[in-house]
Amino acid sequence: MEPILALAIGIMAASGIYLILRPRTFQVIIGLSLLAYAVNLFIFAMGRLRLGAPPVIAPTLGSDPALYTDPLPQALVLTAIVIGFATTALFLVVLLASRGLSGTDHVDGRERETD
Amino acid sequence: MSDWLQHLPVLPILVPMLAGALLLLSSDSRHGPRIALSLFAVLLQLAAAVCLLMIADDQLAAPWSGGIGIYALGNWTPPFGIVLVVDRLAAVMLTLTATLGLAALVYSIARWEKAGVHFLPLFQFLLMGLNGTFLTGDLFNLFVFFEVMLAASYGLALHGSGGPRVRAGLHYIAVNLLASLLFLVAAALMYGVTGTLNLAELPLRVAALDAADRQLFHVAAAMLGIVFLVKAGAWPLNFWLPAAYGNAVPPVGAIFAILTKVGVYALLRLGVLLQESGVAPAPFGGTWLFYCGLLTILAGTLGVLHAQKLDRLAAFLVVVSSGTLLTAFGFTGTLLTGPAIYYLLSSVLGSGAFFMLIEMAERNRKQAADLLAISFEAFGLEAARHDSEHPDEMVGVAIPAAMVFLGLAFVACVLLLIGLPPLSGFVGKVALLGASLASLPEAPLLHVGLFIAALVLSGMVGLIALSRLGIRVFWDMERQTPHLQWLEAGPVAALLLVCLWLAMAPESAMSYCAAASDSLYDASAYIRTVIPYPGAGSMTP
Repeated sequence: MEPILALAIGIMAASGIYLILRPRTFQVIIGLSLLAYAVNLFIFAMGRLRLGAPPVIAPTLGSDPALYTDPLPQALVLTAIVIGFATTALFLVVLLASRGLSGTDHVDGRERETD
Repeated sequence: MSDWLQHLPVLPILVPMLAGALLLLSSDSRHGPRIALSLFAVLLQLAAAVCLLMIADDQLAAPWSGGIGIYALGNWTPPFGIVLVVDRLAAVMLTLTATLGLAALVYSIARWEKAGVHFLPLFQFLLMGLNGTFLTGDLFNLFVFFEVMLAASYGLALHGSGGPRVRAGLHYIAVNLLASLLFLVAAALMYGVTGTLNLAELPLRVAALDAADRQLFHVAAAMLGIVFLVKAGAWPLNFWLPAAYGNAVPPVGAIFAILTKVGVYALLRLGVLLQESGVAPAPFGGTWLFYCGLLTILAGTLGVLHAQKLDRLAAFLVVVSSGTLLTAFGFTGTLLTGPAIYYLLSSVLGSGAFFMLIEMAERNRKQAADLLAISFEAFGLEAARHDSEHPDEMVGVAIPAAMVFLGLAFVACVLLLIGLPPLSGFVGKVALLGASLASLPEAPLLHVGLFIAALVLSGMVGLIALSRLGIRVFWDMERQTPHLQWLEAGPVAALLLVCLWLAMAPESAMSYCAAASDSLYDASAYIRTVIPYPGAGSMTP
């Protein structure tokens, strides 16, 4: 389980970084989203991987902390998802505005002369 | 009364949040009430900040003692709940934010607030994020307030729209989104290793880590440091800054003057706390930060020389002041921190006033005048100005009041920003130089020399660049006198008067800054106040 999750995070982060370094705004925003997914999974993994353990106290299980998974990273990842979603939406608007104002989707707002 | 005072630390966050929400709900057509509400909210924040400032210095009866107050949100005790922590440094930063915010808001009411939608609510949310960052005692909460501040700043940076603004905003947002993701990775890694996000509990847990976990913790701390350096505008990470700040509308540029200082503040706060655990990770201080700051000063100074427009020059001056602060905090010993806080106050107020002044000074000038002037200088094409054939026809020129005000304010800003007497910039720089000399036997001679050289040279270069551009802007024959409103001139004058007060009564301000620095470096007192019973409620992660 751990190698699979680690590979998933690593591949998504690497693809995200590659895309962020590309010159088109759409590639950048997809790269940012991929990186955000990788980061969210990473936060989740920081609460240690547990299968079948609930994060919230259940009456049937009692109060032994060993029976539960860490609830805090799950709360953190929720916050991170919401904030990441909002900022990505905002970036999308700016991206469209830039496309409309400059007529190109290059991140600098103009094509390079050699292209 | 004391019940009410007990809730004072949360007011700087709650007031702008509620005001911003109400402003979002009210329609744009009710202009008067909206402005009244915004002004009222900022005034209330200023009052709360000043109260906290006096409480932290024991000048006012307080529900807490020892200069450090904590506010447990929802009454959850610290290791479990999120806390707000007020000490002298936080109170100083809150007061600075509210002062600058008030000036920028009054200035924006005259014209700029109407240049786009939702200026007033965004402005309140920006203040909320700033205040929260200064107050919070929790790492993830710090991230949330950073995001609140940045999300509002994205909107404000684009206020007024237009091609250059959107282009600069795109870079600004992309870089800061990436930095935020790094922040998340670092915070999660710190939690994964230590099992806590509380800033006061963190050093206690770090001290108990074994070698392998400590390595991981260092990785996390290094990433966090990089995030703060991005926000602070440190050299290799600041290429987005001049365009974003220079292209923002004037009141936004003014309030942005404090945004870089948030990164510096976070770096200082966390650095001191982490030092308590015995190891200070590289970006948080020491020689590494010192040289990073020096390079930032160098990059900013070169930018100042190169800038051909005043707003861009002002943005590079922000970089220089940020670099000066980083250098001072990276310096051996803690003597420089008090003067550096004083310098921070003066430089933030000065650059805030400067950003607002620029727009007034540039009014009525032809767009191409700057470019023409440069090519004239470069190619020696200065149009021959024939002397009047009848010199006695015109003796003296009528000097309108607006020009006098602009000229005097410009000179005052220049003196402030480059640190010449008699204003507070000079006092701050002299105090910094004095402190660096005083720490001489302990600090390497090379560092002291480099620091003095950097401060003096950056000031001199600033003087050259500002007088060059000032001559071009103010001695422009082909312009009409700009029309100023009281609402625009007033805030600039007020900020400059605050700086004058800082310079006239340097003892009280400087001693407060020194006390703030002392209580900042007394990290064990901070930890004891937040976590009175370490180990209580600790659970193996």
